[in-house]
Amino acid sequence: MPTEEKIELPKDLLEFIAKWKDKQGNLIMILHKTQEHYGYIPRAAAIELAKLLDVPLAKVYGVITFYHFFKLKKPGKNIISVCMGTACYIKGAGDLMAECETLLGCGVNCTTDDEEFSLQGVRCVGCCGLAPLITVGGEVYGKLTPDALPAIIAKYRSK
Amino acid sequence: MATVNIKINGLPVEVEQGTKILAAAKKVGVNIPVLCEHSDLEPWAACGICIVKVEGSPKLVRACATEVVEGQNYITHDPEIQCVRRTVLELIISNHPLECLNCARNGVCELQQLAEDFCIREIPYESGVKELPKDESTKSLVFDPRKCINCGRCVQVCQQLQDVWALEFIGRGDNTLMTAAGGALISESPCIKCGQCSAHCPVGAIYEKDETQTFMQMIASDKHVAVQIAPAVRVAIGEMFDMAPGTITTGKIYSALRRLGVDAVFDTNFAADLTIMEEGTELVQRVTKGGILPQITSCCPAWTDYMEKYYPDMIPHFSTAKSPMMMQGAVTKTYYAEKKGLKNTDIASVAIMPCTAKKYEISRDDNMQASGVNDVDLVLTTRELGRLIKSAGIDFANLVDEKADSPIGAYAGAGTIFGVTGGVMEAAVRTAHKLITGEEIKDVNVSAVRGTDNVKVGEVVIGDAKLKVAVAHGMANVRTIMDEVRAAREAGLEPPYHFIEVMACKGGCIAGGGQPYGTNDEVRAQRTAGLYNDDEKSVVRCSHQNPEIIEIYKDYLGEPCSHKAHDLLHTKYQERPIYSK
Repeated sequence: MPTEEKIELPKDLLEFIAKWKDKQGNLIMILHKTQEHYGYIPRAAAIELAKLLDVPLAKVYGVITFYHFFKLKKPGKNIISVCMGTACYIKGAGDLMAECETLLGCGVNCTTDDEEFSLQGVRCVGCCGLAPLITVGGEVYGKLTPDALPAIIAKYRSK
Repeated sequence: MATVNIKINGLPVEVEQGTKILAAAKKVGVNIPVLCEHSDLEPWAACGICIVKVEGSPKLVRACATEVVEGQNYITHDPEIQCVRRTVLELIISNHPLECLNCARNGVCELQQLAEDFCIREIPYESGVKELPKDESTKSLVFDPRKCINCGRCVQVCQQLQDVWALEFIGRGDNTLMTAAGGALISESPCIKCGQCSAHCPVGAIYEKDETQTFMQMIASDKHVAVQIAPAVRVAIGEMFDMAPGTITTGKIYSALRRLGVDAVFDTNFAADLTIMEEGTELVQRVTKGGILPQITSCCPAWTDYMEKYYPDMIPHFSTAKSPMMMQGAVTKTYYAEKKGLKNTDIASVAIMPCTAKKYEISRDDNMQASGVNDVDLVLTTRELGRLIKSAGIDFANLVDEKADSPIGAYAGAGTIFGVTGGVMEAAVRTAHKLITGEEIKDVNVSAVRGTDNVKVGEVVIGDAKLKVAVAHGMANVRTIMDEVRAAREAGLEPPYHFIEVMACKGGCIAGGGQPYGTNDEVRAQRTAGLYNDDEKSVVRCSHQNPEIIEIYKDYLGEPCSHKAHDLLHTKYQERPIYSK
């Protein structure tokens, strides 16, 4: 775990914590909100939350690491999601993923060294007619073959 | 209490309602194997090796966590069950390194024992040992995650029994890992080094830092090796030599230490008496001169560490008296050294302790160098001493009892009961009575503070005064008392107690994290009885009557809490962060 400086939680997060502090199930709600703000859960934020909620840090991490949704590392500027739903999978999502890994030089669920891209596999995106597809940020790129990927990635690189 | 009539393999048995199948089976002499279950903890059905059948149902249920139901017949052993258990065992072993020979638990491992019981000779599964680094970040404990079988005992102990929350599982499924708070090192977590995780671990995944070879090097050197033994060691080490728990082996330990080549054999019980003189005097001063009350005991290094992290506002309440071990170390390298004509650097001071936190305590801050150098150079746990005695070929059980060396080896009964919950309080009351009233206490047995209740609260009459006392053991039981003290302080009320004793481990030091394996409530009771027996057999029962204590004050320290006593025997505390990373 990287050591981080002390953190000051943003005002809206503090207000959210105040509202949820005494309610059951508050930890997950607050972790969601924290990740919404930072894009992940920084260790300093986790320590701060543990203090504010009077919950042991060990428990906070037990929850963070139990759910795949929560991230411990800062994600890249652009998140490339390769749809691994049934339709995309049959139509070659595996090849797309492999090509992305080669092009980015990082594995699935990892971030490139320059923090430009994070790569992940996702469940069905809901537009199987476009299979196989990837999404970058909010954009959907459908009916892809691996040779279409370099151009898409180039579009986002240090934009 | 309502009872339930059931059958175990057709044998009728009547048990209390709410009894688990595992306990019911034990009642009729049937042992069901377990790896995650421990009688100190709530069952949580992790390992799956204790499965049994309920007659008439196709399902297998876990005996550790399933309550018996009236009229049912439970099948605990048949070829199918044995086969399932064997598979569970094989799967666990397939993820476990086969390094028994150089493992800290070699010969005393629960998994190894089960593998032997089940005649495991081959593992039909591919080995899936996770290659992860050892965590040796503390001076007390080593965590080897490769050997962890994810039974969860350490996590439950750390959270339920101790309320420390240093340990937790992270991840899920095959990626589940036991780690210190969120993947940090143990030294960066809230860990208080009590070692209860190591005492409860069924395998060699968490164990005390073994320093037996450092000890042998000291013996081989030209240093004058002076050893002290803690109260709780004498009623437990015998277990490693097939003696019953609670057997008092003080004289045999003295003898074994001399055979190992030690130059001077002392007893921490002497310093326990010294602690009472200092801490008792401090208490009397606080009570009579309007000092900060309640006074809280400080002999337990795990509790001190916990207080500095979780209750730093209690620092002014803490007795400034050092623990008996540190006092013994300080007088060994000053008073004894002078008498013997030795320099402090000529002496290697070693302590045999039932405790892993003691390994941390010797260098917790620079007050632990009152003699100018480390007052205690090395701490070995009871388990380590047991191994040293075995490796030296000493027939421990048949040793002739010997005596400790003077002038810091004699002890009163009060000193010996330091090893059990309530003992420090009782010893303090015996001497406080004399200090306050000038008269000896009529009945030295202070029953109000004895027993196994998690929190013991009582009043002790001393002359015209009533001393309100509280005793807690098991770190998780401290909270109620501390909250009471805080609440009274915030409300501006009289403090609810005058004197509070805290020991981190359930039952006190007799069940410390460095004691022989297999501690449970039955063993705790036997070791406790052993120490009270040692107290009763003692001619001198009160610390202030110990002739060597009288002598050290006369010859060297002056009065209790004198300037010299303060320099050598007292310390300070500081707030420490719960998470250092």
